[in-house]
Amino acid sequence: MPSQLIEKYFRTNSLPHIWCPGCGNGIVLRAIVKAIDNIGIDQNNVCVVSGIGCSSRASGYLDFNTVHTTHGRALAFATGIKLANPNLHVIVITGDGDCAAIGGNHLIHAARRNIDITTIVFNNNIYGMTGGQYSPTTPTGDKGTTAPYGNIDANFDLCELAKAAGATYVSRSTVYGANMIIKQVEAGIKNRGFSFIETLTTCPTYYGRKNKKGDPVDLIRHLKEISVNKTEYEKLPEEKRMGKIVIGELYRGERPEYTDEYIKIIESFKGEI
Amino acid sequence: MKTLEKLNVEENLCKGCGICVAFCPKNVLEIKSGKVHIKNLEDCIECGLCELRCPDYAIYLVFRG
Amino acid sequence: MPEGRIKLMQGNEACVEAAIIAGMEFFAGYPITPSTEIAELSAAKLPRIGGKFIQMEDEIGSISAVIGASLAGKKSMTATSGPGFSLKQEGIGYAIMAEVPCVIVNVQRGGPSTGMPTSPAQGDIMQARWGTHGDHSIIALYPSTVREIFDTTIRAFNLAEKYRTPVILLMDEVIGHMREKILVPNKNDIKIYNRKKPTSGPKDYRPYQVKEGDIVPQMASFGEGYRFHVTGLVHNEMGFPSNDNKVAQNLINRLINKIENNIEDIVEYEEYRLEDAEEIIVAYGVTARSAKSAIDILRDEGLKIGLFRPITIWPVAQRQLEEIAKKVNSILVVEMNMGQYALEIDRIAGKYTRVGKYGRVDGELVTPEEIVSFVREGKDCQAN
Repeated sequence: MPSQLIEKYFRTNSLPHIWCPGCGNGIVLRAIVKAIDNIGIDQNNVCVVSGIGCSSRASGYLDFNTVHTTHGRALAFATGIKLANPNLHVIVITGDGDCAAIGGNHLIHAARRNIDITTIVFNNNIYGMTGGQYSPTTPTGDKGTTAPYGNIDANFDLCELAKAAGATYVSRSTVYGANMIIKQVEAGIKNRGFSFIETLTTCPTYYGRKNKKGDPVDLIRHLKEISVNKTEYEKLPEEKRMGKIVIGELYRGERPEYTDEYIKIIESFKGEI
Repeated sequence: MKTLEKLNVEENLCKGCGICVAFCPKNVLEIKSGKVHIKNLEDCIECGLCELRCPDYAIYLVFRG
Repeated sequence: MPEGRIKLMQGNEACVEAAIIAGMEFFAGYPITPSTEIAELSAAKLPRIGGKFIQMEDEIGSISAVIGASLAGKKSMTATSGPGFSLKQEGIGYAIMAEVPCVIVNVQRGGPSTGMPTSPAQGDIMQARWGTHGDHSIIALYPSTVREIFDTTIRAFNLAEKYRTPVILLMDEVIGHMREKILVPNKNDIKIYNRKKPTSGPKDYRPYQVKEGDIVPQMASFGEGYRFHVTGLVHNEMGFPSNDNKVAQNLINRLINKIENNIEDIVEYEEYRLEDAEEIIVAYGVTARSAKSAIDILRDEGLKIGLFRPITIWPVAQRQLEEIAKKVNSILVVEMNMGQYALEIDRIAGKYTRVGKYGRVDGELVTPEEIVSFVREGKDCQAN
């Protein structure tokens, strides 16, 4: 029998999950349910929506209201769900390809509306489910099966994108520091608005192997080495910032939430018949 | 007070990735025939890092009280 | 809307009024000619009744939001035209697979691609049937007057709820934009069907199991305590993905059969001057109105000709068409396309009688006069 936490929030008869040995996705998923447990939300009031890809298989393992949607559309489905039932805590689980490539348009518009959805991106820098093609977050120069000579695309800074588009909570963490993921998901759920949490995770099978970055442990150690907390990063001299990834809470904003604003319109018609 | 009852391993969930072994600060764990194995429980400091980072929910601490 | 009164109404407006009567509480859409009025009117009317409207960032986003809202328990609709209908096929397939009731209005325009945005066409007949990938069945309705848009929209919602499936409402640009008088029916005279909720508690709930006496699985909404899983993958009765060949075959069979085995309930049609007819015109939507006028003229000339007008385009009224085909000399399919429904009519009737076709795709309506002269020249409606 798995731990009480897993027993409570997972559909345990669907375990073990499909993720490869050493894949970081399972670490993020445990952190998400731990955050929900810490806040103490009724499972019946949580709706987890995912797209397509390795990360998006997560919804099927969780004992909430869950939807595994089409590629890139998790946020659009989630928008319909949240508007239809604003009492639900809507959490979107998505990957770098799902949310930044095919679903990029839905991402920026959900952020622009500041709709109360907590989006957690499992960023493993690669399309894993289809066998290792480069994604919008594959670092320039890295390899994928469709970038056999090195990726010449510039990679997205997803957090900057979400912030610019209007998200009111933006943070980044890594599977090395899973306690930070828990704190960020808690903060994201508590933020009444669009929350965007990028978690850097590991794909030893495709990204790791293709780029000769070692085994699962090496990949996680690498995340530890390249990530630096926002406060520390700001103290670093310019030359030492190169190649570092900033983690922690990156942005908080105050803006009206979408469903609240819509309900105000509905309320304005009350009493008028 | 919470005291450790046991460090539990769910063998059927373990995929033998070695993450828990590598990040255990006290070298309590090892991989044996592709699965995690508790080498010396007496050194365990109950930090829970193995549980936190196990991607497969195969290892966790059980507390009494 | 005032009941029991005569109102002058645009087709697109009738669609929204009827949708609200049918119980629509959610609309997501994207602006596109010539369906935009449906979004505009939904935006104006829905918040007044506590419903929700959202203009999404694109067509796929709209159908996705509609499916999401339906899963959360709200009757939902989107409206579009050809180019948007192409994009929505992804979501339509998902709604078929996951059995999510919703209504997709397609006010057709000329195509392919951006085609002729403000001109009528009936070119999406086959896309409505086979637009999304994979084997499936579909319900598509096709009204031919503003009044019928009203009734058919309500029926689209009822069928979506009853059969847990997306229902396509095909409309002509001309009727969408035309104003006609309609007698607004009393609410008490309108039959509204709501999805069947679970009769069991959450513990025993199998979200994709069909209980005895039911046509489709009982449907809980998110947030009601049932905590079920929904996926576009092949899934078992619990809603979880499965690679089992038997599960896959049984699921697809069930999704197709829930429609194909209930054709008599789903199919609706009109027969006009058919009793002694030896020649038959098959036409739908606005083209059927021209066909009726043509038939009146030809009848005056002594030709025994009548009209079969499908209101349910898909599934096709196979039994009725076969019976007619056995009795007549010929069938002429008239439509604003190059012969899409004619293909289907030929499949059904071709072994019993001659099937001809007449169509145009230049952005103009088929007039009664051209039908009359085509029939006169061909005498017995042979293929052009």
